[in-house]
Amino acid sequence: MSDETRSPWFLPVIYVGGLIFGLGLAVSGMARPEVVLDFLQFDDFGLVFVMGGAAVVTGITFAVATRYLDRAPLTASEYTRRVKEFDRNVVVGGVVFGVGWGLSGICPGAAYASFGVGNYPILWAIGGMFLGAYAQGYVRSLTGSEEGT
Amino acid sequence: MEPLLAPLVLETPFPRGILPYLVGGLLVGLGAAVIYLATGIIAGASTFLESTLSYVSDVERFNRFKYIQSRGWRVVFTLGIVSGAALWGLVLAPDPTIWTTDVQWWRLLGGGVLVGIGTRLGKGCTSGHGVCGVGSLSNTSLVNVATFMAFAIGTAQLVQALGVSP
Repeated sequence: MSDETRSPWFLPVIYVGGLIFGLGLAVSGMARPEVVLDFLQFDDFGLVFVMGGAAVVTGITFAVATRYLDRAPLTASEYTRRVKEFDRNVVVGGVVFGVGWGLSGICPGAAYASFGVGNYPILWAIGGMFLGAYAQGYVRSLTGSEEGT
Repeated sequence: MEPLLAPLVLETPFPRGILPYLVGGLLVGLGAAVIYLATGIIAGASTFLESTLSYVSDVERFNRFKYIQSRGWRVVFTLGIVSGAALWGLVLAPDPTIWTTDVQWWRLLGGGVLVGIGTRLGKGCTSGHGVCGVGSLSNTSLVNVATFMAFAIGTAQLVQALGVSP
């Protein structure tokens, strides 16, 4: 997708999609670390319906679009699935992410949504995420590791 | 961490009900679907961290073409997430109010750093792998989700067992 083929509707649609996404994160309680921690501590299993409900919607959408639709109207991109290559980092990253998520009860999308509901202490977490992302990028640039996304 | 996993006996597994979770989850999926159908883009929330760093950092990794090229719309996507949550929390919710967490700052900061490292190393987060990857039935994503779920549950239960609350 290049800038020349982008419709003027591109950014407005991204914004509206993000808005619906963030609305969902707030409605579901994922913007509150307490609700996520309640799930991880087995006090409230509702999170299963959030991830499950969302994955069913994207799953059906991906399946229909890749099979029956031609190209995305605003970018002329082909419809694909999200399939990333597997390597050791997928597991190592999952472990580190899991420990962080279990410690804080917050993940990136939910953190942005949390800021939206006025939860300014979440800036600790968002600041931490930028620090962590910077640290891994810095180290991997030094070591020349190009695997991963 | 396994011995700490003994579940509590609950009166109900869903003390807050199921509806807000289900409706919220469907909306999260719908937001991703709108962007996908219109643009073909599979949006995850965590690439924003690295692509946004390219505005202020010379580090090679953040300045790769795919980050420079996508950093603009990723900022817009994140602003959308913030506004959508604000729309619910401050306007549409049954009791519109500014809400703040009681989870301690060091948990948020320390957890945030690990989340920032882990999501970038592992190629995605709860939205990229958890929602879009699982929706794509990607084995890579299923392995990543199973891994982070297991370690998140272990960590949260360990922290709770050590008496940290919240």
